Amino acid sequence: MLVWTKSGKAIVWVAFAVVFCVLVLAPFLVVIAAAFAGSWNGMLPSDPTADHLRQALSGDELASLSVSLQTAFMGGLLAVVFGTWGAMAAAGTRLARVADALHHLPIAVPSVVVGLGLLVAFSRQPILLNGTKWIVVIAHLVLMVAFSYGTVAAALQRIDPSYADVAASLGASPARVLWQVRLPMLLPAIASAAGLSVALSMGEVGATIMVYPASWRTLPVSIFALTDRGQAFVAAAEAVVLLATTVVLVLILDRLRGRAAER
Amino acid sequence: MAVEALSATVVVSNERRRDGKWLWALPPLLLIAVLVVYPLVLVAAESVPAWGGVIESAEFRDALVRTVQIAVSSTIGCLLVGTFLAVVISFVPFPGARVVAGLVDTMLALPSFLVALSFTFIYGTTGILRAGGFLTSPWAVVLAEVTFYTPFVMRPLLAAMSRLPRAQLDVAASLGAGPWRVLRQIVLPEVRPALVAGGSLTLLLTLNEFGIVLFLGAKGTTTLPMLVHTKGIVMFDYPGACVIAVVQIALSLGLYAVLRMALGGRRARLD
Repeated sequence: MLVWTKSGKAIVWVAFAVVFCVLVLAPFLVVIAAAFAGSWNGMLPSDPTADHLRQALSGDELASLSVSLQTAFMGGLLAVVFGTWGAMAAAGTRLARVADALHHLPIAVPSVVVGLGLLVAFSRQPILLNGTKWIVVIAHLVLMVAFSYGTVAAALQRIDPSYADVAASLGASPARVLWQVRLPMLLPAIASAAGLSVALSMGEVGATIMVYPASWRTLPVSIFALTDRGQAFVAAAEAVVLLATTVVLVLILDRLRGRAAER
Repeated sequence: MAVEALSATVVVSNERRRDGKWLWALPPLLLIAVLVVYPLVLVAAESVPAWGGVIESAEFRDALVRTVQIAVSSTIGCLLVGTFLAVVISFVPFPGARVVAGLVDTMLALPSFLVALSFTFIYGTTGILRAGGFLTSPWAVVLAEVTFYTPFVMRPLLAAMSRLPRAQLDVAASLGAGPWRVLRQIVLPEVRPALVAGGSLTLLLTLNEFGIVLFLGAKGTTTLPMLVHTKGIVMFDYPGACVIAVVQIALSLGLYAVLRMALGGRRARLD
């Protein structure tokens, strides 16, 4: 198509392999390798061990995993509910542009600033949330709403609104149209919004590190604390725990999406 | 007659629904207003007394320059690497190219600090390359951001390239154009909107990047988001942190808007 000679293709592929592996793939593989290495003083890791992983799955570190999961579920699920609601309600109205801009604000602004805003706003009357887990959940909710809204709004543009109109003209009540026509048609998009929200929530660090109380430390915050104390190998093991959990959650939500798309 | 009556009811019910829609759209907007807009307004208000002191400090100016330098270098790097990888996947396909494209999609959802964490093992004082000085330089941040954000450039490019008719390339080649010329005169003009969209999104995200800078933790590479964290959390100087937050918002949104206007193309979706 572009390169016609055999040798030309070979050169391009080798260059691709080198760039892709070294620049894009290597960092992720290195973290996984380090998680299972006793030491790393040369090209390859040495002294294979599962100690770091054991450490990453006990005590405070295990508590962090549970905190992260709870935060991702509460923040992520609320985000999907409000994102879907916002996208469906705004579609086709004069509010659509305002809603679009408002919902994209949290991702256009740095997450640290979103965190600072919550800290400033909710450390004072009338709403005091600083020091509780709810400020962390709210931070995740705010950031993930933007992605859920975007995913559902994009899906709405591809869906023919006449199905809902036909159902309504045949006498279905608005509630029935919502539950039996509009939401089922959006289910694949909602499931993929949920997957994205959970994955991003599990790895969120900027806003969380601004607002978290000592009693509610998410996985990325613990990983940072470990690297800060020089325990890079345990940090790598905990990062692997984070990666594995995220992949499992996303795969589960992906299966839901597949099932929804089949119907 | 019956048909007219029926369509009249439909119109009426549609009208009523449109009136209801207004109210229906309010709760989610209210949520954003209370949880995003209200805090940002307070940040702006809180910043007022601290402006003079912060703007004049060398620390702030260094961080501002550093932030823009890192973001611009990273974005250029991502555009170069992303274009190369996308061109090979699309036009010099190899067995497994689909798998690689899928992998790129997955990486978008991973946390950026993983890249910084891996750099400790690759470039750290112990580890593969032992390039001790490199890890604490701004170039380490740039390299980490290129690694992490290249997929953000690749995704729109791969989509645009898959819509490009293969015959165009073949005809150009059969008329004697070499690979470079085909790339420059046919592929690149065609995928320019995707390149602009991916590049401006990457610029926005690299200006805002925090995780990578935090994890690399180099003294010489304080960026604005990092300074917001240091001032807000470590020094408890909320007004100072708020000033930097306001500058950061103006910088990110301003640069993004200027770039979009200058380069044209359709409005990029942030997702």
